[in-house]
Amino acid sequence: MPKPYATVQDARTSLQNKTGTWRTMRPEYVHRMPPCNLMCPAGENIQLWLAHAQEGKLREAWEVMVDANPFPAIMGRVCYHTCELACNRTHFDGAVNINRLERSIGDVALNKGWSFPVPTRSTGKKVLVIGGGPSGLSAAYFLRRFGHSVTIYEANHKLGGAMRYGIPRYRLSTAVLDAEIDRLLALGIEVECDKRVSDVAQELQNFDAVYLAMGASLAVQINIPTDEGATVIDAIEMFRCLENDKDKMPALGKTVIVYGGGNSAIDAARTARRLGADKVQIVYRRAMEHMRAHDSEIKEALAEGVEILCLRTIGHIHKGSVSINKMELQNNELVNTGQVETLQADSVIYAIGQQPDEKVVLSISDILIGEGSTIIVDKNMMTGAKGIFAGGDIVPGKRTVTDAIGMGKKAARCIDAFLNGKEIPAKPSPDIATFKKLQLDYYPKSPRIDVEPKVNLTFEEANLSYDDPKVILEARRCFSCGNCYHCNNCYAYCPDNAIIQHEDGSLEFNYEYCKGCGLCAVECPCGAIKMVPDDQQ
Amino acid sequence: MSLTVGDRLNKAEEAVQARVKRHNSLTSGHRACQGCGEALAARCALDAAYNATGGKIVVVNATGCLEVFTTPYPDNAWGVPWLHSLFGNAPAVATGAAAAFAARGDHEMRVIAQGGDGGTTDIGMGCLSGMFERNDDVLYICYNNEAYMNTGVQRSSSTPALSRTATTFPIKQYMGNDPMSGKCVPKIAMAHGIPYVATATIGDIRDFERKVVKAIHMRGARYIEVYSPCPLGWGSQPCDTVRLARLVVRCGLYPLFEAENGKISSVTKIENLIPVEDYLRPQKRFAHLFGKNADPEHIKVIQKIADANIEEYNLTGGC
Ligand SMILES: Cc1cc2nc3c(=O)[nH]c(=O)nc-3n(C[C@H](O)[C@H](O)[C@H](O)COP(=O)(O)OP(=O)(O)OC[C@H]3O[C@@H](n4cnc5c(N)ncnc54)[C@H](O)[C@@H]3O)c2cc1C
Ligand SMILES: Cc1ncc(C[n+]2csc(CCOP(=O)(O)OP(=O)(O)O)c2C)c(N)n1
Ligand code: SF4
Ligand SMILES: [Mg+2]
Repeated sequence: MPKPYATVQDARTSLQNKTGTWRTMRPEYVHRMPPCNLMCPAGENIQLWLAHAQEGKLREAWEVMVDANPFPAIMGRVCYHTCELACNRTHFDGAVNINRLERSIGDVALNKGWSFPVPTRSTGKKVLVIGGGPSGLSAAYFLRRFGHSVTIYEANHKLGGAMRYGIPRYRLSTAVLDAEIDRLLALGIEVECDKRVSDVAQELQNFDAVYLAMGASLAVQINIPTDEGATVIDAIEMFRCLENDKDKMPALGKTVIVYGGGNSAIDAARTARRLGADKVQIVYRRAMEHMRAHDSEIKEALAEGVEILCLRTIGHIHKGSVSINKMELQNNELVNTGQVETLQADSVIYAIGQQPDEKVVLSISDILIGEGSTIIVDKNMMTGAKGIFAGGDIVPGKRTVTDAIGMGKKAARCIDAFLNGKEIPAKPSPDIATFKKLQLDYYPKSPRIDVEPKVNLTFEEANLSYDDPKVILEARRCFSCGNCYHCNNCYAYCPDNAIIQHEDGSLEFNYEYCKGCGLCAVECPCGAIKMVPDDQQ
Repeated sequence: MSLTVGDRLNKAEEAVQARVKRHNSLTSGHRACQGCGEALAARCALDAAYNATGGKIVVVNATGCLEVFTTPYPDNAWGVPWLHSLFGNAPAVATGAAAAFAARGDHEMRVIAQGGDGGTTDIGMGCLSGMFERNDDVLYICYNNEAYMNTGVQRSSSTPALSRTATTFPIKQYMGNDPMSGKCVPKIAMAHGIPYVATATIGDIRDFERKVVKAIHMRGARYIEVYSPCPLGWGSQPCDTVRLARLVVRCGLYPLFEAENGKISSVTKIENLIPVEDYLRPQKRFAHLFGKNADPEHIKVIQKIADANIEEYNLTGGC
């Protein structure tokens, strides 16, 4: 066709010049592991649910959560959120408030009555879960989703384990706990409460696999000389009484001493304050910085008037008082200074620690018992006995609800593989979206949104959820580490138009023209583009 | 949520460059080097103008890299009507084109002239000043890569202080380009009192597009200078092109402003001021200012220029 007047060349004829041949490095879109996800003991895909929440799609966000953890509302209340410690935003203007977001979205789900899809598949395999705490419930949930039949035997009157008979109600209300457990049971799980297994060997006949999740429910015993008439109680016994047996609960009186330095000690002290004690003192053997209790919980306890006395042991419990030995740290060794003091105490609560009850597995010799009566498992959560798996507080570990849930999930996968005669493939080590891989110039500062807890000495929940607009605002603080969030920088900055944007917004490299300059990778805010050597012919 | 070019949470404010349906006025297959700032800047500018006018633009190009890498015969990388004549006459040719459209009664078609810094600040200066002085209806865009790149990185009147070029090679007595030399064409344009003058960078595409759109809708002579890094000429990494365009603004060496009818009308404030060193270090054209035998006084010379800009344009203070 003749060209119009003065036209020498048609438009865009350069397209025949495939500049992709210049390239020695090629960009690739990758999904890197965000540090929050990496640090979540339950293996939640936090970054992904935050991405949904950013768009206000709370249902989708919740569905991602419950893919890894059946209890978002509970977790949002009791999880120690190691994710936030790892959050890249920590080094910028404060971690994303992941925990409160999980709580808030978990609450939305409860309020709206969202439920889990009932599994349609049935494998005909039967699995017994012994212990209905978070680990057993989590295993039951995932096993049910795989289509297996699940039965839970629980010694206590109600399910929940230490979530019910440990964690106090001002941190986790009965309503939330019951609602999330009921939603899980609706998947069709058989439960027998008030059924304490005394010998696991007796229960194996009717099941294809067993998951031991009895937790660490025995209080560690110590021998402190105690006078007749003194009021002494174990923290876990106290929590159990408050839930189930109010009449067995002794009166604590006005001055209470709690012995221990973990989270249970803090919970016991705060509970004692709520039961009417005016003066509550935590006596702890070592220095403050050694306390295993969480900083935030220590802070809240102090705000409620709880005192913490460190470097002290209890020598003798009298009626109405205790004798205290003062300790000293010499070259990291605790040494008794010989100094003694007397503290008033109407009652003493032991919160020294807990351990599993090994008696119930002793008859199965293949099951190895480790330090502190814990059960030893292999990398697939299986004990020495074939088909018997274990997880949660009963095995060595961090002893948190989140770890218990994560182990329940992992055990369910391993049990499923075991029942199907399959191997679990080893996971490749993740490419982590570290702080350095982010291009921070693209993120404006925006301070973390916190909600001040109510300070009141009741058993009502002290912490609050966000309202919906705050959910979206706080979620939008997420950097989306290592995962494309469709900012389109790469597409906009490529000097060679070598990125194709499809109608649905998805992006694709056009290697016919990409010269491999790497601009896109540097300008990707979240580190979701990787340059790799390209040995094209 | 983020200062990126696009934003899935706020589609309405996305830059033209981030959109699925952008025109791609400059298309793939052109022969610019890897990471070319000029190629990127030209596509951004013309796509924004194309989008704002419903495609009613014609482009006149001065000689230079942009002309050469887009149109080696028989290839043509342009997706808009485009005309090249000579190195120094683009403003005059554009004036002629604008006059022709006016004579034909076509008041919709908008004329854009464009060129490198050499074609604009040196050899094109006479024609450009004439175009300004007559207030011809042309938007002139200068892609400033701070030297004559197409012929092998010779110094121009836009080359920065102490920079190494092929013709300002650092030797003992002369540490690169003479800091007392050079001129500021945006100020020269302002002195003509033309309706609109602006500076921009490819480090902030939304700002650049906004200035182009504002300019394209105005009548009379308009001038935009856009800072466009050149990895080859500057000895910078191709992947650092956009990053350098951000750093140059943040250290104060390239003030971003708009001027209307000869008066400054807006200035972009610097949010996180950085020392010039952070900007200079990644570029080999400044390598002689660093290293064992370097004299720290030289960097101070450049820092003083930045400081003077910061003061002159009030880049860090309140409004
Ligand atoms: C006071 C307190 C506060 C805590 N606060 C937190 C917190 O804020 N955040 C956090 O992450 N973690 C907290 N923890 C730790 C956390 O609760 C535990 O790590 C977690 O509950 C362990 O889960 P699990 O399922 O392994 O065991 P458990 O929760 O102990 O559940 C075990 C279940 O097995 C049942 N069982 C035991 N023996 C038998 C048997 N022989 N037959 C049948 N059933 C049996 C028990 O009745 C129980 O229901 C706290 C613990 C305590 C004690
Ligand atoms: C009258 C004339 N003199 C010299 C040249 C050679 N020449 C072609 S491009 C160029 C340099 C262009 O530099 P600049 O305008 O800064 O554009 P860049 O290539 O840097 O983008 C020169 C000197 C020419 N084409 N015409
Ligand atoms: S910014 Fe978002 S993705 Fe990155 S670590 Fe924090 S919560 Fe996770
Ligand atoms: Mg130039």
